[in-house]
Amino acid sequence: MSYCRKEGKDEIIFATKEDLAVPSTAIIKVDVEAEEQEEPGLILPSGEINWNCPCLGGMASGPCGVQFREAFSCFHYSEAEPKGSDCYEHFRKMQDCMAGYPELYPGKEDEEEGKEFSNIGSAEVDEVQTDSTNAEDDESHKIKDVSSAS
Amino acid sequence: MIMCNSAGPPPLTPPERLPVAKAIPEHVPYLLIGGGTASFGAFRSIKARDPTAKVLIITEEGRLPYMRPPLSKELWFSEDRASLQQMKFKQWNGKERSIFFEPESFYMKPDQLEGQENGGVAIVQGKVVKLDASKKKVLLDDGKEISFDKCLIATGGRPKNHPVLEKASEEVRARTILFRNIDDFVELDSAVNSSEAIAIIGGGFLGSELACALGKKSQETGLKVYQIFPEKGNMGRVLPEYLCKWTTKKVQEEGVEVFANSGVIAAHYRDNKVILTLDNGKQVKVDCVVAAVGIEPNVDLASTSGLEVDEIHGGFRVNAELEARSNIWVAGDAFCFYDIKLGRRRVEHHDHAVVSGRLAGENMTGASKPYWHQSMFWSDLGPHIGYEAIGIVDSSLPTVGVFAKATSKDTPQAVVEETGEGLRSETERIALPSAPSAGKPALCVPQESDDFGRGVVFYRRNNIIVGILLWNTFNKMPIARKILRDGAENEDLYEVAKLFNIHES
Repeated sequence: MSYCRKEGKDEIIFATKEDLAVPSTAIIKVDVEAEEQEEPGLILPSGEINWNCPCLGGMASGPCGVQFREAFSCFHYSEAEPKGSDCYEHFRKMQDCMAGYPELYPGKEDEEEGKEFSNIGSAEVDEVQTDSTNAEDDESHKIKDVSSAS
Repeated sequence: MIMCNSAGPPPLTPPERLPVAKAIPEHVPYLLIGGGTASFGAFRSIKARDPTAKVLIITEEGRLPYMRPPLSKELWFSEDRASLQQMKFKQWNGKERSIFFEPESFYMKPDQLEGQENGGVAIVQGKVVKLDASKKKVLLDDGKEISFDKCLIATGGRPKNHPVLEKASEEVRARTILFRNIDDFVELDSAVNSSEAIAIIGGGFLGSELACALGKKSQETGLKVYQIFPEKGNMGRVLPEYLCKWTTKKVQEEGVEVFANSGVIAAHYRDNKVILTLDNGKQVKVDCVVAAVGIEPNVDLASTSGLEVDEIHGGFRVNAELEARSNIWVAGDAFCFYDIKLGRRRVEHHDHAVVSGRLAGENMTGASKPYWHQSMFWSDLGPHIGYEAIGIVDSSLPTVGVFAKATSKDTPQAVVEETGEGLRSETERIALPSAPSAGKPALCVPQESDDFGRGVVFYRRNNIIVGILLWNTFNKMPIARKILRDGAENEDLYEVAKLFNIHES
């Protein structure tokens, strides 16, 4: 059985799993617009790219940020078949820039990840976790690997 | 310097400081004063919104932007001295990462900034002594002037000293560490490896985290660790009393001798030891003292530059958009802002530095957004306690805590381990299956076996939730944010707690 007690101004409840599993009657209003503002993810509801997404790590702010943006934008908006096949020139410029910063953009260790590039453009990568720097950096590593392998 | 000669691992050497640059541009579009986490958050936002932005960071500490939380957390649990020397630590997922947000090659040399078509972020060691908001320029301590279009003040905070230690003899002061940065970490690491006993003064986040970290070391090396603070238990200003006392028991289990309700009234140096006298007459003899008694915002620029400081909270006073004057923003520990939801606040946490830095960066590039995304904070105290919180988490507020009562499945063993054989009957009683009850739990006398293993605590002001603490309950921050935004005015908090599935985390 669950029980509770009071210590001065502090109330303490011990609740069993079964009791807490009874549906909540609390009414919490959720402001959908505010939610979207909170954690918009990599692709905004408008379809545009959110360059301030923590999931991009240092890609957009780093020394090849401009080249990265041009390549990624080209890919994101590409209507060619296969997608991004019209972006060769942008990617070449990005690669040229990155070659000058081997510490920031390590070499092609994992070719397989190249396939994931299309995932960056999809809304799948919207686990924006500004809460945790760890999550943030994991994402940035992923994307760094991906773009250098493409 | 801690003088001792017993054999331990070789001492670490702090990473090199950035050179003091000779050639700095006379004008930069974006100038960031301070090279910490808030500046990092800001330049990311600036570059996101203004891709070819030219950003110059001036840092007094002289290091590349780095995160401070690992200095009192993960770095102490690293076994690998070579990684530690590079300021790298292992994350929970086993992946190694550096405390530096970006390596040196990410940044541009200051004298290269002007000619860069695509802009960039440059960093230089230096000290800004005056800011002229009207003329949009700063003066450095070496007499140089830099003009700017937009400026961020992110000067952070400085550790306070304990008044007794401040007035103590030179020998005592030479053995006292005010813990804040990389150098302090390196110094304490060396002290840990060469000391017989260390005292930590302070029962807040930093003091409690360091106590647990050193307590763990003590189990390996025999180091004696004391923690001394005036509150009733660890994190006394944050946790409700019952929870802070429970936490103190856990900290003691980590090998720390905790003196709660205790003040230090004297500090002397005798026979190569620092002797701390407490207000209850007790004395502790140590080789090294760590003062973790809070920070004060670095607002040196206020008096030279005519900027307003908040009289109650301290820190530069800014509006809801983090602006102090036209074209001057402030972020991180050093400012007091207007939270449109919770009122005037100043916050000293890592995530707040990230969040406010990002927001300031957005507003420096014309976003005009108010403080909206609440920052969070987290702390880990040994292997049994990890918590995250959001909003105003202040132990002086009335609270409602809902904790997972152990279930028949996982209780007996846990409770036996916890309470010992004497309370076996209690164990059995708890283990009895019970039918779910729909209403609010009935009042009951406190139980010896009360185990605050997992739960959620709501902090209320005028029947509105202003803060939420997630106690060993992880990945529920999005729910906490929704509830905080709504406020759950006059709701039954037992019902609100159901939304967290605390039994399942």
